Amino acid sequence: MDLFIQLTLTGLTNGAILAMAALGFVLIFKASDVINFAQGEFLLIGAYVTFAMLAQLGLHWTLGLLLTLGVAVALGVAVERLVLRPMIGEPIISVIMVTIGLSSLLKALVSAIWGNQPKAFPPFIPSQPVKILGATVGEDRLWAIVIAIFMLGIFSVFFRRSREGIAMRAVADDQQAALSMGISVKKIFAWAWSIAAATAAIGGALVANIVGVGPELAGFGLRVFPVVILGGLDSIPGAIIGGVVIGLLEAYTGGYIGQGLNQVLPFIVLILILMIRPYGLFGQEIIERV
Amino acid sequence: MDSGIFHTTYEKDMALRRTPAQKVRLVLLIAFLLVFPFLANRYYLTLANQVAIAVIGAVGLNILTGYTGQISLGQGGFMAVGAYSAGILTARLGMPWWGSTIAACFITALIGTFFGIPSLRLKGLYLAIATLAAQEIIIWVVTHWRALTGGVDALVVPDPVSFGIRINSDFNFYWVAWSIVGIVTIAAVNLFRTPYGRAFIAIRDQDIAASVMGVDLFKYKLLAFAISSFLVGLAGALTAHYRNIVTWERFTIDISVLYLAMIIIGGLGSITGSYLGATFITLLPAVLTNLGRALKSTFPAIDSVLPFIQQATFGLVIILFLIFEPEGLNKIWKNIKDYFRLWPFSY
Repeated sequence: MDLFIQLTLTGLTNGAILAMAALGFVLIFKASDVINFAQGEFLLIGAYVTFAMLAQLGLHWTLGLLLTLGVAVALGVAVERLVLRPMIGEPIISVIMVTIGLSSLLKALVSAIWGNQPKAFPPFIPSQPVKILGATVGEDRLWAIVIAIFMLGIFSVFFRRSREGIAMRAVADDQQAALSMGISVKKIFAWAWSIAAATAAIGGALVANIVGVGPELAGFGLRVFPVVILGGLDSIPGAIIGGVVIGLLEAYTGGYIGQGLNQVLPFIVLILILMIRPYGLFGQEIIERV
Repeated sequence: MDSGIFHTTYEKDMALRRTPAQKVRLVLLIAFLLVFPFLANRYYLTLANQVAIAVIGAVGLNILTGYTGQISLGQGGFMAVGAYSAGILTARLGMPWWGSTIAACFITALIGTFFGIPSLRLKGLYLAIATLAAQEIIIWVVTHWRALTGGVDALVVPDPVSFGIRINSDFNFYWVAWSIVGIVTIAAVNLFRTPYGRAFIAIRDQDIAASVMGVDLFKYKLLAFAISSFLVGLAGALTAHYRNIVTWERFTIDISVLYLAMIIIGGLGSITGSYLGATFITLLPAVLTNLGRALKSTFPAIDSVLPFIQQATFGLVIILFLIFEPEGLNKIWKNIKDYFRLWPFSY
């Protein structure tokens, strides 16, 4: 029973971080129909910039995080403007490939600046173990859950209440109709990319706090795919629930079965979901089928 | 002065090489390939062999992605299947290298067809994600099925020997690899003159129209996966015999990306493009390394940043090509030819 609670907690916290990476991914797909293979690198950059602000510049964590968010937003806007905008109207393979090229470029930039060695991260969230129902879990891991729920709340309000959020939904629904209603589609794309980069940066800072910074953080980019396919590529709640389900699945298979099965099971789930219900649990049922 | 190339007979229109200039270029290329190994040192021979393997893999991927329109991120996984099949058949069962290579091609074709099944239901982006999952699953099986593959440890393959000659020395392998490239090229070029190849192109251009005109999507999509994986498996098997060693690190998702970059930079749906892209992407890191060595006296720190420069250049090249010349090197090559053909009246 203790093992079960322990695994559940680990799964939930891992799921929360996965969900945070998936949120930005879903947001970009929702707004601009682009699959972002560089999402893991956004997370990586978020982690390293936070590291630079806190450890190398020695800033207070509130200021450091705010500056990191600023950098992330700037990065998102720059990527959208320089790389993705020329790709509008190009075939899917070009769009996929350009984000893959971007991921390679960003990864190289990060390694060139900070090197390839993993580094210890000065925790800005206390990471002392806490006992819950007989299981121990780091306090920062619990914060990951809280922050994920908080982000979900913010996103829900943003999409329902704010002007930009509603405009973003309009663009996602029909770009031409949105354009004729006076919405600047370009501006909305820039919004989507910068918000995605910012959420990934928060996720990155959290992961860095939990496990430290290193180039392998970019691996989250691939682990996001089972999450978003399970939850539905265009569904914000789907990203959160998908993240939690995949996180729990990984934790339980890792704990009860082992053998490294937890690394591959998400991808098997991915293929099954694609075959049975390609639009995921909460996605809109408008998928091109053959 | 001509304003373009026009064919006046069916024979001419059906011919593979249509103009005298094309024939001359082909002869020049073959002559170059025949003379090259006698002039080059070991370093350049190694590069030439890598290019040969990359060309086979790129042609294979281009048949699937460029001609049939099915995006695959599973190239690395399929190459792993080819390499491990060839390695295991030779090392454990003592098959001759050519036997295990042929067997590896068929095994990879089978596995590739299996992972092609989702393409019957999915397309575009969703298929790309499904093949990404295939890649991860194959590599997981390779690293965890210890009894068969040796897990994360390297699998050592004995030297391939025929008629008492060890064929994986750089010089000998050159002849084997480039002969195979020649056969693969003739087969691939001719494939797209048969009903099968035409059906692939029809599926890429408009699958619904193709199916209305009697192209059996089920059959032809799986066939495209089979033919493509056959060649990818061949590339994998040749890697195994050439290197004597098979490790899973050589077949990660990065390799899938590398091959996709080759066919995109070379030109989707073009055999010449596969050649150009494979050569470009294989030589790019080598050129950068040499450039780094040349600059070392001026910038002593260049050694430590070279890997990052290589990776960044790779990403940048992909992005720049997609933005400025999405049809790739093949299009640039065509433009150059047109420029000289029409010179000085290029309008």
